Amino acid sequence: MDILLAIAIMALGAVVLGAALGFASIKFKVEGDPLVDKIDAILPQTQCGQCGYPGCKPYAEAIAKGEEINKCPPGGVEGVQRLADLLGREVKPLDAEEKPKQIAIIDENTCIGCTLCIQACPVDAIVGAAKQMHTIVAPLCTGCELCLPPCPVECIRMEPIAENIDNWKWKYPVVEIKAAALKEAA
Amino acid sequence: MLMNLFKFKGGVKPPTNKTQSVTLPIAQAPLPSRLVVPLHQSIGGTPRPVVAAGDKVLKGQLIGEADGWISAAVHAPTSGTVVEVAMHVQPHPSGLDALCVVIEPDGRDEWIPREAVDYKALTPEEVRERLQQAGVVGLGGAVFPTHGKLTASKTVPMEELIINGAECEPFITCDDLLMRERAEEVVRGIGIFRDLLQPKKVLIGIEDNKPEAAAAMRAAVDALQEPFLVVPVPTLYPAGGAKQLIRVLTGKEVPAAKRSTDLGVQCFNVATAYTAWRAIAHGEPVVSRLVTVTGNVHAPRNYEVLIGTPMDELLKLATPHPDTDGIIMGGPMMGFLVPDPHVPVVKATNCLIAHDDRLFPPKPPEMPCIRCGACAQACPHELQPFEMYWFARAKNFGKTQEYHIFDCIECGCCSFVCPSRIPLVQYFRFAKSEIWAREREKNAADGAKARFEFKQLREEREKAEKAEKLARAAAAQAAKKAAEAAAAAAAGGDAAETAAAAPEVAPAAVDAAKEAKKATIEAAMARAKAQREAAQPKNVEALSGAQQKEIDEIEARRQVAHLTDADAASPAGEKTE
Ligand code: SF4
Ligand code: SF4
Ligand code: SF4
Ligand code: SF4
Repeated sequence: MDILLAIAIMALGAVVLGAALGFASIKFKVEGDPLVDKIDAILPQTQCGQCGYPGCKPYAEAIAKGEEINKCPPGGVEGVQRLADLLGREVKPLDAEEKPKQIAIIDENTCIGCTLCIQACPVDAIVGAAKQMHTIVAPLCTGCELCLPPCPVECIRMEPIAENIDNWKWKYPVVEIKAAALKEAA
Repeated sequence: MLMNLFKFKGGVKPPTNKTQSVTLPIAQAPLPSRLVVPLHQSIGGTPRPVVAAGDKVLKGQLIGEADGWISAAVHAPTSGTVVEVAMHVQPHPSGLDALCVVIEPDGRDEWIPREAVDYKALTPEEVRERLQQAGVVGLGGAVFPTHGKLTASKTVPMEELIINGAECEPFITCDDLLMRERAEEVVRGIGIFRDLLQPKKVLIGIEDNKPEAAAAMRAAVDALQEPFLVVPVPTLYPAGGAKQLIRVLTGKEVPAAKRSTDLGVQCFNVATAYTAWRAIAHGEPVVSRLVTVTGNVHAPRNYEVLIGTPMDELLKLATPHPDTDGIIMGGPMMGFLVPDPHVPVVKATNCLIAHDDRLFPPKPPEMPCIRCGACAQACPHELQPFEMYWFARAKNFGKTQEYHIFDCIECGCCSFVCPSRIPLVQYFRFAKSEIWAREREKNAADGAKARFEFKQLREEREKAEKAEKLARAAAAQAAKKAAEAAAAAAAGGDAAETAAAAPEVAPAAVDAAKEAKKATIEAAMARAKAQREAAQPKNVEALSGAQQKEIDEIEARRQVAHLTDADAASPAGEKTE
């Protein structure tokens, strides 16, 4: 009798807990793949395709499936570092040259208004209309260089973003311990 | 009058060095050879220049128009000619350039027509607007546009209005002299703030090492029969920090994430009250300010200086000693060495200190932190500087935020007491600006991602729409053909009877009729679907009245310019139809 009661209690417990778990898995369902989203959050969203994938998200998906983490030049060494931290992989040197942050500039006198660059821009940072002058909305430009090749008159150029008072950063304080020691030694 | 004062934790007592510059009254600095007026002199949007090279300007004429609500206008400090609107090096630790209006004075110092108004006849909105137009900003050093602080919180009743005359930073005496010599106008300015904010109490906090200033303020308050309280506060750096003064006078603590109005208290500097009064009651925009010129000079003194005066010209008035090797803007605790002696005096410049090695001996090299905790005891915000230092040094910025680095006011108390002479504040500034830069990058990346995804979505949608249009055309074609076939069949097969009488013809006719019916249904369904999908472009749903009006105006203008042609469908119109 006792045994039956114990079994019944255990069975009841199992049913209740199972129901709770089932309910939780429906209620708190995680949409999408959280790892891909975490990787995507680290990628710089320049959408330039230099990694060999059509945008940052596809590259994030590829990394989640085992692709190398050092293929995104805009992310730089720091990006590789952060991906390595996230995924517990080894830091590798960047598979390309690291470039300073830049934006595209259209020479508005040369532009013939062919609209090809608008179609190429992955983030809709170019405004213009057929046979009208085009221009880049600077704050939206990610510097991906994708608008350069389609331009038939080669009037788009890239310019590094200069340091100004608004984006200036305090430098890492110089640690003077070594400098002083050197001076004394000299 | 005695009142219960509170205390803040920590604080330090550096040598005050104030007596040197209070012996002489305020002097008017002569017109400099050239004025370089930076456009961005306050927190918030950069004012847009409204003059060009060659323009003649009068003293007080608008040269930079406020950009947005949190931004303050900039005015010509004297009459003369605009030489250029160009990039010039700024009094900023970066030593970078920013847009400035350069004015060559004509020597006449001729004012624009000044309009004095009785502010009591204006609505609060009009007063705030006037303050913005006059370029009134916090002159204590933070240069936050004053009108932006003059709106009481809707939910919390305004308890106290704090007027900051503490001036705790060593060397600086400009507020002291202002209160001694122009107390009446300061008190009248406080009256404006009081009327706008309607606080229950007005407290004027003055450090107890300035008895003359306190006496002058008391006399002015009595003379104007205002119920303001002049409260001497103990001399302890940084008692003049807004948060510290609020704490001392009211016992309230303002966390970094909150505005002081949310706690029913607001704080203004005495010099801000003075300029607000000049702006409203005399129609004079902020074109000059008091600057203490002191340090390694013969005759330390306070000057009334035009904004834009080159610092080296100003320093010369006090005859610096020959071994002067730099200029500090601000005090020795929070100030910085300016990158170039020609940089202009701006609204934030309260003090120039001639730098030399005797006054500011070079710091011996930094030693490792011994975790003595002296910095934590000195910190007026009860932070743990050694922990923040550790993580800032390791560039572990997340951790620095866990230790509340954004509560740090960069007062320098921790660096002042550190026995290892670690430039702690420099590490905190470094960490803060890195965190801000990351935040900016993150926002930009999020924006780019959203735009990229939207573009992809739009391309998909366009593709689908095109396919559908093709399908619809094909269906219509088929329907037409089928109808024709049916008609032909009907005509050839002698109408209704043939269906029953001649079974050999019927299948073909029935088939064709069915086909035709099916095609029409399909076409109708496709039309309905297309209509549903193309019902309304998202961005013109739920327009506000103003937006609708704007659109109508633009349409009207386009009509006038013959840009829209009702019957000529543009390719863009076709796409979005
Ligand atoms: S290389 Fe370009 S597209 Fe690829 S992840 Fe980096 S930013 Fe994104
Ligand atoms: S591709 Fe070149 S020419 Fe064509 S619209 Fe863009 S900038 Fe102008
Ligand atoms: S005062 Fe200096 S040595 Fe002492 S704990 Fe703070 S940082 Fe370290
Ligand atoms: S600089 Fe920051 S951490 Fe250092 S004492 Fe001041 S508030 Fe505290």
